[in-house]
Amino acid sequence: MNILVCVKQVPDTTEIKIDPITNTLIRAGVPSIVNPFDAYALDLAVRIKETNGGLITVLSMGPEQAKAALKECLSVGADKAILVSDRAFGGSDTLATSYILSTTIKAIENKTEKFDLILCGKQAIDGDTGQVGPEIAEHLGYAQVTYAEDITVDGKIVRVTRENDDRHEIIETQIPAVITVIKTAYEPKYATIRSKMAANRVQIPTMTSGDLDIDLERAGLKGSPTKVKKTFTPQLKKSGIIIKGETGSESALKLISLLSDARLI
Amino acid sequence: MLNRLNKYLGGKKMGYILNEEQNSLVDMVEKFMTNEVKPHVAEFDITGEFPKELYKKAFELGLHCIDIPEEFGGGGVDYLTAAAIYEEIGKVDAGFATGLCATSLALKPVLIAGTPEQKKLFSDIIIPGAFGAFCLTEPDAGSDAGSIRTTAVRDGDEYIINGGKCFITNGGVSDVYVVFASTDKSKGLKGLTAFIVERSRAGITVGKEENKMGIRLSNTSEVIFEDVRIPVTNLLGKEGDGFKIAMKTLDLSRPFVGVIAVGIAQRAIDESIKYSKERITFGKPIAKFQAIQFMLADMDIETEAARQMVVHAIQLILANKPYSREAAIAKCLAGDVAVKVALDAIQILGGYGYSRDYPVEKLLRDAKIFQIFEGTNQIQRVIIAGQLLK
Repeated sequence: MNILVCVKQVPDTTEIKIDPITNTLIRAGVPSIVNPFDAYALDLAVRIKETNGGLITVLSMGPEQAKAALKECLSVGADKAILVSDRAFGGSDTLATSYILSTTIKAIENKTEKFDLILCGKQAIDGDTGQVGPEIAEHLGYAQVTYAEDITVDGKIVRVTRENDDRHEIIETQIPAVITVIKTAYEPKYATIRSKMAANRVQIPTMTSGDLDIDLERAGLKGSPTKVKKTFTPQLKKSGIIIKGETGSESALKLISLLSDARLI
Repeated sequence: MLNRLNKYLGGKKMGYILNEEQNSLVDMVEKFMTNEVKPHVAEFDITGEFPKELYKKAFELGLHCIDIPEEFGGGGVDYLTAAAIYEEIGKVDAGFATGLCATSLALKPVLIAGTPEQKKLFSDIIIPGAFGAFCLTEPDAGSDAGSIRTTAVRDGDEYIINGGKCFITNGGVSDVYVVFASTDKSKGLKGLTAFIVERSRAGITVGKEENKMGIRLSNTSEVIFEDVRIPVTNLLGKEGDGFKIAMKTLDLSRPFVGVIAVGIAQRAIDESIKYSKERITFGKPIAKFQAIQFMLADMDIETEAARQMVVHAIQLILANKPYSREAAIAKCLAGDVAVKVALDAIQILGGYGYSRDYPVEKLLRDAKIFQIFEGTNQIQRVIIAGQLLK
């Protein structure tokens, strides 16, 4: 299995504070981490590799400092890492980002093998749009399955356990496919001292716009028709009472007394 | 990278000037200790049960051979980063740190004086995930190493070892020992010789396990050798080299023992800061009172000073300069500071500090041993005075 995992280096939003005057995030001094959902995606890739064999490449679009996140990925089981970076990419929205990543993926595949699976975290914890993964699938014309909490590979058959509000779906997909990953049930794997030391020594190559067959009008601010205006969690209004007695008849008695108190019966 | 169940108290790392990659190593160990070990420490401290599964997880990360060179399968981490890592482990539990550090300690005489075959033999046992023990102390020979009674008698192409060691860290759980025995009683210290003894040799019994005041997550036991036969190829260096090897090993490990004590002190400060921000007395958090602020400041002054002595001793080691005096100062100061700062933390937490439901009384129980083992603080002063009066 030839797997690509797209990762993003993000500020650790659990450490972030809000400036009380400007009401914006204080980013200075906040440590950078691998986007947690991307880390789950990589963890699934490592598990697939452990059972089925194969190679894992991690790819990130970002500034030079994003190599630290890529090294973290190498220390927990990725085999290769690539950074794609260029001043022309600055200010990219999700459309531009997914376009840049897709052209990078095509460029990598031209030199090596095609990827069987492209995994992404479901969303980045700083942007929260959740758009880049599905957009990559569209740019590349690949099948896509989102909100995966587990992936099993059986020969050439890929089965994804997909989370929904009230159920799971098991979806079989052809390859190549793009799969976005949510929080999985697996315990996170730690790097070891040795794997971290080895990862720290790796020279990670940087690809720039010159290495890609890319239309720069579709990258950076120029290629960004959208802007994140506001991020919020909508309030779910739930009304109603749940009655849960020890037995069915106990619950029924409670319900009767509630209904009669409310003069409904 | 993933779970953030227990937030690390205390914030930024202090005192070590490390690059990004070194810091990422320390961060990784901090997360491991906080998420995997910290939730279980109190329970093991109370029962005294050996936390075998926790150590196993630590072995998987390679925490038992952090600074052992990579060519022997170790982490190959530089001494400064290793010190920062031991401090992180010590902040969560000094006993756990001691168990890991003592394994590294057992490997050091072999790295100092062993042949390539001996280094491989020892590393092959320890590196995959096993404990080692450094066996010097006996009931009648603590500070006075010259009074060692364990004997090693040459018999053909074997040595026969007879004697009993006590207060041996990892004594009851090790797969391999470095044993110091006398090959010539008439020569006193100069008659001491060091041997590698595998646990699997016939005649070795693990005796009493100590029921200790603190560092209860480490195993401390008697080890008895009765007509234990080892091949001549297990002799480290030459007959009579034992004392020199022991002293060199203890010198080298002294800063790391000190830094575990620094970890205890730092934990005491962190718990005190947290409590003093939350505890309201006379209408405000006690952190607002200068009495508490001055106590915290003094605790910090002492702890940072001890930490910097550890850093300085390590810098001398790395620069290949003499470091016995500085290593002794570091260990002595760190031990004394850990005890004092732990006492202060209990005082700041007041009645709650005295309760086993809060983590600070354990810090005092853990800290005390750092004035006693690895060379008592009296012996450290003997060493320092010896350097001064040369």
